[in-house]
Amino acid sequence: MLHVHRVQKSYRKGGMLSREKKQVLHGISFDWMPGECLGVIGESGSGKSTLARLLLGIEKPDGGTVRFDGRNVADRKARLGKISAVFQDYTSSMNPFYTVEKIVLEPLTTRYGRHFNHHGKIDSLLFQVGLDPAYRVKYPHELSGGEAQRVCIARAVAAEPQCIVLDEAISSLDGSVQVQVLDLLKDLRKLYGMGYIFITHDIEAAAYLCDRVMFIREGRLEEMIGVNRLKEVQSPYAQHMLKMVIR
Amino acid sequence: MMFLKNVLKDRVAAASFAILVAVMTVGIFAPVFAPHDPEEVHMELRYASASWEYWLGNDHLGRCILSRLIYGIQPSVLGVLAALLLSVLLGAVIGFVAGYFRGKTDVILMRICDVMLSFPSYVMTLAVVGIFGVGLEHILMAFLLLKWAWFARIIRTSVMQFSESDYVKFAKVAGVGNAAIMRKHLIPAALPDIAVIASSSFGSMVLQISGFSFLGLGIQAPKAEWGMMLNEAREVMFSKPEFMLAPGLAIIIVVLAINFLSDAFQAAVDPKLAASSRKERSMAEAAAGRLERKEVA
Repeated sequence: MLHVHRVQKSYRKGGMLSREKKQVLHGISFDWMPGECLGVIGESGSGKSTLARLLLGIEKPDGGTVRFDGRNVADRKARLGKISAVFQDYTSSMNPFYTVEKIVLEPLTTRYGRHFNHHGKIDSLLFQVGLDPAYRVKYPHELSGGEAQRVCIARAVAAEPQCIVLDEAISSLDGSVQVQVLDLLKDLRKLYGMGYIFITHDIEAAAYLCDRVMFIREGRLEEMIGVNRLKEVQSPYAQHMLKMVIR
Repeated sequence: MMFLKNVLKDRVAAASFAILVAVMTVGIFAPVFAPHDPEEVHMELRYASASWEYWLGNDHLGRCILSRLIYGIQPSVLGVLAALLLSVLLGAVIGFVAGYFRGKTDVILMRICDVMLSFPSYVMTLAVVGIFGVGLEHILMAFLLLKWAWFARIIRTSVMQFSESDYVKFAKVAGVGNAAIMRKHLIPAALPDIAVIASSSFGSMVLQISGFSFLGLGIQAPKAEWGMMLNEAREVMFSKPEFMLAPGLAIIIVVLAINFLSDAFQAAVDPKLAASSRKERSMAEAAAGRLERKEVA
């Protein structure tokens, strides 16, 4: 279980000597249950990517805690093999010097050690994300956007984490490819029984994939609601967002 | 290695590379290649012109100019290369630490760099020579002392761009250690940038060391060095100008070769020629890197 308790984050504005700070997150709290798919919806600048970095433990909150199974996620060992990520920009998500095989292998060797016997594992991972085993020897620049994002997903599920944070993972893909990737994510979820935290600005995609969604606006949690009751949202902001889609 | 292969596709760069490799090989095995002892005096052959015995003639003490030219490679090119590699190494370590860990570490290291960079390099070199006395090793020491800060600056910028990329973020999330991230992801990515800046300052360092030797601050008398050979030929500059030719051309050829090679390095990391995966960082580089690169001279 991922427990987020009153996290705050601010960044310094301007230069080194500037005291002025911009508060990006204002005391956000929520819980993520194992196996659940939680959508985080917000417009650009709402602080959702900052939230992603805090959940992934690559940045520390100024206040509050992010705990995974009771341990602080900023601790590298606490998140080893438990949490993983897929980012928006598939071009910079992969080391340009690595082949697909090496890319997918990275989390595996990190979790299971260098002598992990990976034969067959990579082929099956590639197969699960709908890619041919021949892709093992390809380099990132030889892949299309959809293929690249599939490799990123294969890499994210490789070490079989409990939770994958998808930070705008489908936003830079074409419409039809978006649906394919969403379906893939649904299938993988069934296969591995893992959960997602799906960060997006796209309510439709969130509604398609998620069990629960939360709306974030200017670093504050506006509302949290189950997807099946999405029409009953109370806060004006969430209603406004919903209206934009329906229209 | 891919990088080097790309560079050598350019013919000028390949020729420059060949020249430099040849010069360095000759320099390393100077005793094998030199036809005479460079310090052997033959007063009867003072200012003798080229002959079958002495291909490039003899200098004011009748020493073989070709042999002196060959022995001169050691301080002029190899010595500079050693100083360059050491300062790049030091700069790379500091640049990596500052660029990767950011925060307070970065601020402290960069302020130290600012202090080092605020001294004009010639003045600092002269100060070091003034304190420790004349000698090649002191000039090389001064180079090491001054250049690392500049290298650290640029390597930091480069590392910062890469450490913001999503594959480094993913590695962090997956629990890969900092040392492994640097080794696997950052060093290969930053290496072309390092090659570019190191090669571009190599040329200016060769010129500087020849300049200091010309002024008599570098290597001392019987030993051969190109700048010093120019100085020795200066006395007969108008009566026998050909004596300036050999060391002068040697310096020009080596520096030109270095500059052409460095240009080819720059072209090879140029965003428009490289793979599309580099597109993003090149934009940031265009903004941040270019300006700083000009500071080299």
